[in-house]
Amino acid sequence: MTISSKTPIPSEPSVRRSMSDYLSPSARAIKPSGIRRFFDLANSRKDVITLGVGEPDFVTPWHVRDACVASLEAGKTQYTSNAGTPELRGAIGQYLNDSFGVAYDPAKEILVTVGGSEAIDLALRALISPGDEILVPEPSYISYSPITTLSGGVAVGVETFAEHAFKLQADTLRAAITPRSKILILSYPSNPTGGIMTYEDWLPIAKVVEEHDLVVISDEIYAELTYGSKHVSFASMPGMKDRTILVSGFSKAFAMTGWRIGYACGHPELIGTMLKIHQYTVMCASNMAQVAALEALTNGMEEMYRMMESYNQRRRLVVKGLRDIGLQCHEPQGAFYAFPSIASTGLSSEEFAERLVQEHGVAAVPGNVFGLGGEGHLRCSYATSVTQLNEALDRMGAFVHKIR
Amino acid sequence: MNEMKFKVLELLKEDARRSPELIATMLDKPQEEVEQAIAEMEQDHVIVKYAPVINWSKVDDQKVTALIEVQITPERGRGFEGIAERIYLYPEVKTVYLMSGAYDLLVEVEGRTLNEVASFVSSKLSTIDSVLSTKTFFILKKYKQDGIIFEEKEGDQRLLVTP
Repeated sequence: MTISSKTPIPSEPSVRRSMSDYLSPSARAIKPSGIRRFFDLANSRKDVITLGVGEPDFVTPWHVRDACVASLEAGKTQYTSNAGTPELRGAIGQYLNDSFGVAYDPAKEILVTVGGSEAIDLALRALISPGDEILVPEPSYISYSPITTLSGGVAVGVETFAEHAFKLQADTLRAAITPRSKILILSYPSNPTGGIMTYEDWLPIAKVVEEHDLVVISDEIYAELTYGSKHVSFASMPGMKDRTILVSGFSKAFAMTGWRIGYACGHPELIGTMLKIHQYTVMCASNMAQVAALEALTNGMEEMYRMMESYNQRRRLVVKGLRDIGLQCHEPQGAFYAFPSIASTGLSSEEFAERLVQEHGVAAVPGNVFGLGGEGHLRCSYATSVTQLNEALDRMGAFVHKIR
Repeated sequence: MNEMKFKVLELLKEDARRSPELIATMLDKPQEEVEQAIAEMEQDHVIVKYAPVINWSKVDDQKVTALIEVQITPERGRGFEGIAERIYLYPEVKTVYLMSGAYDLLVEVEGRTLNEVASFVSSKLSTIDSVLSTKTFFILKKYKQDGIIFEEKEGDQRLLVTP
């Protein structure tokens, strides 16, 4: 509209809207992460030892960083094809087939994303109709419910329990299913519990998925970090590949969190739809990070196994240390978290974690932020040095002794 | 060598002060087995010594180190062994390697001053009969030794708490 001398100048509206009136209802509905508060608490104290970090303590192996440097020198600074470079998609396809026995066509069934997080978001956006129910076994990674809400879905927690080593049970899953249930989000090995699912554990779950015609988003970002038994991809279960989106990435296994490179694999129609959203929102994952990821897959397996062995050693140290303190701790068999029960101290998770960091300078994440079944637990990441772990365990021991 | 011993060595290499109890926990083995493995390796001189890695450049009493390429004539019947021994018995000599390539022994010599090292080379090393020639290279700075980086740039750069 152009304003001529004859157009009256619009008057100020009598009541101004506040900024919160502009916000979308779904964005307003999601709560800020409960982890944020603990970040601030931990930051407010010096000499904090942290067991609160959800990422490897290794820096990305040098040959991977070097490949990225070389790619920059060679001027690889352009967009790549939306789905990711053909070389990287090819390498991912090969790797998944070799390691977990799932075969995907790199041309149509693999999409490279900005971390596994984007892949999960894309999958939910591609699948959810308003009011659909999304089943989320909990305690779980904190993002699934909020991004479900953003897409207009309704997250329904499915509790898992320490006495089952936090494995998903078919009967609890069945009890949570309604006619509106559409998607099941699986995340094993589990952050925060360290729980894993074996072939035998998956069989009854696959049966429920089949019976209720669910589609599955399987977040397998910790697939390489299992101790004692090899990871079984849900997509490799009989009949499950076509109804499963396999999500994974490079962050945990190859110590590449900051690179933000993940991927989704699945049915061509679904991947095609996700690709459509991906190309309008982010175009493509970062070119140089894709070069680095390709180097990690091509030449990084040995280094990856070395890191895994190191986590395993520290896992044993932490589990024993926690039990020696007198805390119940189930045996975590994957990822790099122990999830002990602190219920015997009489404190809530929040109280325990808060006092632990304020009085003894050890940061860990209270279990309640991870949803159902998390209260009464504490997430302790053992991706930190042996010296620090020993010191943290000593301090925790002193704290538990004091409050008992 | 069995796998367990190998893993014990790797853990001790990272930190020689780790107790058998800690190592046993980390490897999920009985403590007695670890203790025995360590004892055996000490006896077999697989583990020769437990010594700290020192960054001498941070110590006031600084040292000068040189690497010396030594060409020698091997002795009949003994090859390089006798000469190598004559060289490594000097306390000034910290390391001796037999090398393939253009020279025979690589010798690391340590002294308090440049002169001290130079005079060791001219008066003691070069004068050994079978030594044909020496080339001395002074070390200006040590960045990494035995897999240990001396001046790590940054410590843990991660945020304190992340999901």
